Amino acid sequence: MTDNETRDTLIAGGHVVDPLVGYDGPGDILLSGGFVSVVGEGLSPKGDTEVVDATGCYVFPGLIDMHVHLRQPGREDKETIRTGTMAAAAGGFTSVVAKANTFLVMDNPAVVEFVLSTAEREGYANVWPVGSITEGLKGFGRLSEVGGLKRAGVVALSDDGVPVVNSDVMARALEYSADFDVPVITHSEDYGLSGGGSIDEGTASFSTGLAGIPPEAEEIPVARDIELQRAYGGKLHVAHVSAIGTLERVRRAKEDGLDITCETAPHYLTLTADRVAGFDTSAKMNPPLRKEEDRQALVAGVADGTVDCIVTDHAPHTVWEKAEPFETAPFGVVGLETSVFLIYTYLVKTGVVSVSRMVELMSANPARRLGLEGRGTLAPGSRADVTVFDPRPEFLVASDEFKSRGKNSPYVGEKLSGKVVHVWVNGRRVVRGGEIIEE
Amino acid sequence: MALHSKDLLGIQELSTDEIQLILDTAANLRNIAERPIKKVPTLRGRTVANLFYEPSTRTRISFELAAKRLSADFINITAATSSAATGETLTDTAKAVQAMQVEFLVVRHSMAGAPHQLAREVEISVVNAGDGPHEHPTQALVDLFTILDVKGYIEGLKVAITGDHITSPAGRSSALALIKMGAEVTLVGPSPLIPPGAESIGVHVEHSMEEGIADADVILLSRVEINPDNELRIPSLREYARFFCLTETRLALAKPDCLVLHWGSMNRGVEIAPDVARVAEDYIAQQITDGIAVRMAVLYLLSGGDRS
Repeated sequence: MTDNETRDTLIAGGHVVDPLVGYDGPGDILLSGGFVSVVGEGLSPKGDTEVVDATGCYVFPGLIDMHVHLRQPGREDKETIRTGTMAAAAGGFTSVVAKANTFLVMDNPAVVEFVLSTAEREGYANVWPVGSITEGLKGFGRLSEVGGLKRAGVVALSDDGVPVVNSDVMARALEYSADFDVPVITHSEDYGLSGGGSIDEGTASFSTGLAGIPPEAEEIPVARDIELQRAYGGKLHVAHVSAIGTLERVRRAKEDGLDITCETAPHYLTLTADRVAGFDTSAKMNPPLRKEEDRQALVAGVADGTVDCIVTDHAPHTVWEKAEPFETAPFGVVGLETSVFLIYTYLVKTGVVSVSRMVELMSANPARRLGLEGRGTLAPGSRADVTVFDPRPEFLVASDEFKSRGKNSPYVGEKLSGKVVHVWVNGRRVVRGGEIIEE
Repeated sequence: MALHSKDLLGIQELSTDEIQLILDTAANLRNIAERPIKKVPTLRGRTVANLFYEPSTRTRISFELAAKRLSADFINITAATSSAATGETLTDTAKAVQAMQVEFLVVRHSMAGAPHQLAREVEISVVNAGDGPHEHPTQALVDLFTILDVKGYIEGLKVAITGDHITSPAGRSSALALIKMGAEVTLVGPSPLIPPGAESIGVHVEHSMEEGIADADVILLSRVEINPDNELRIPSLREYARFFCLTETRLALAKPDCLVLHWGSMNRGVEIAPDVARVAEDYIAQQITDGIAVRMAVLYLLSGGDRS
């Protein structure tokens, strides 16, 4: 127990944004014993209560990133639970959802327990593990022991990194996961269409000579999974939507009343395939950056509610791996330390969405979808996961300042708005005055 | 005038003035090959290294002779006999070569963009000798050189490019170069062999050989074979030949003085009929000869030389 877990904290004078309870205005927040105890205007501190001035800042529930690759166990050269959660805190996230494609794969309770206990000991944010859908994350064959994984603490199932290639395996996963009330997160990719590709098919693939990945490589398996959800139930969450066709499929599925949600990432909302024209591997990710019409459709989807969550798909890689020729360099970009600033700069400041909608996309909705009780809100009684965000400062993205071991960001050198000033995780102060409090 | 970049990475990066400069310089250098002593001292004391990660005979030897005729020292590094075989990265190998005070690195690689990425990491000149299906700029320059030599001009010429546009290394560069120099370019082939997005550079796409080569001033052909990169794209070479082989009958649809060029390794009876191939053979030989002059011009201009 550190000092600020026992001592009360009053966050005063800020603009409180809590879309889950519909609060959006001036307010003070009292944190006590790791929980939010009071929210109101003009609260006065008592005794040894620490007062944190949030004047001019937004105060919102800590951001929750539903899609993060922490790499530990197995690839600690790319990222560790410690550095990944530090990066999360620096970017305003109090929770990260860790994908299962580690070495060892998170297909059994032992690895889940390792991740949870390491996060407990070394983490700067809550870590919510995802179990693999299939044993060994093979994308086919036997299902993982879903019940055991759920007991161990996974909040979702996903073979992210690889698609579930067999329709029958996906059908069984959907119906079996429903027995344990665990969402299934897809990685939708038709290997036949995407195989060997590394860039959007069309002008970008032609001008670079790189093999292309058509948007249908994503849309076709998403269409399949929507139909399987219709037939077999379960909670389906479509990961990293990049293309207009996929978004339309999800929109129609929602109109049909199916239990389907989706996410996209800041890079699909701010960049297009021409960003990769100079063979810059720091903009190589899967699915690839698409065309301007896709980007615009996704922005519209974020505004109209078709997109439920914004995630980073934080995928750190070593500098030397990313120095490989484009075709063989690994897919993935880091995102934890740029995400909220990108969304604030490109979507909020431009008037596309409100701060409240941003918080809904990056905290409330992920908490709701994953069933994280007492998270994604500042309602009294909820966990004291709080982010204080100052919208006024501007800064240049510099990868050597990243806490993450991954430096593979396509935004290096770009000027963005905003600053994560203070962060509490379960009442523990992890960021103070914009600096990580290292332990 | 000089080239604006330290590297020659692709036709994409060249202005029309730079293309013209290379062609003019090559024309001036061509006569060296006709002298009894085929050597000038221009690059004496400089070193050119061929760094070839893919098998190549013509391009490799052409660069070697170009360097030697300019009196440069020359070394040949191939992936199989270098530390690349142990898994050393391209960048590390290139930096080692740079540390040996080599001035030019001529790179051939199967992966698109490999020379472009490398050029950012080293200070010496990188020349792209083919990066997979992306660019093969010196081959495209040789095509321009030959067409200019035979036709006297390029602007307004109707050029049909046929063959395998998916795996052919020269196709994109030549199409780009011809468009930049004002030619009207048509890619001809079955749909699966036309890369998506091709129209973005301003070429026409035609799926009928007869339509595609009608009235053409120039026909450029690449070898068509079944390989792992295209085996799902065409049912058979027999079917390809039936619809796309350049026969005498089809050639008659082009202009009477149509120039037929082939990038070498002809597959007779597939993309080109044997009787048409006999005519094309003369130009294949001329292109190989001219290729040395074009590559001499590139090395010379990258070394900082101007036209004079």
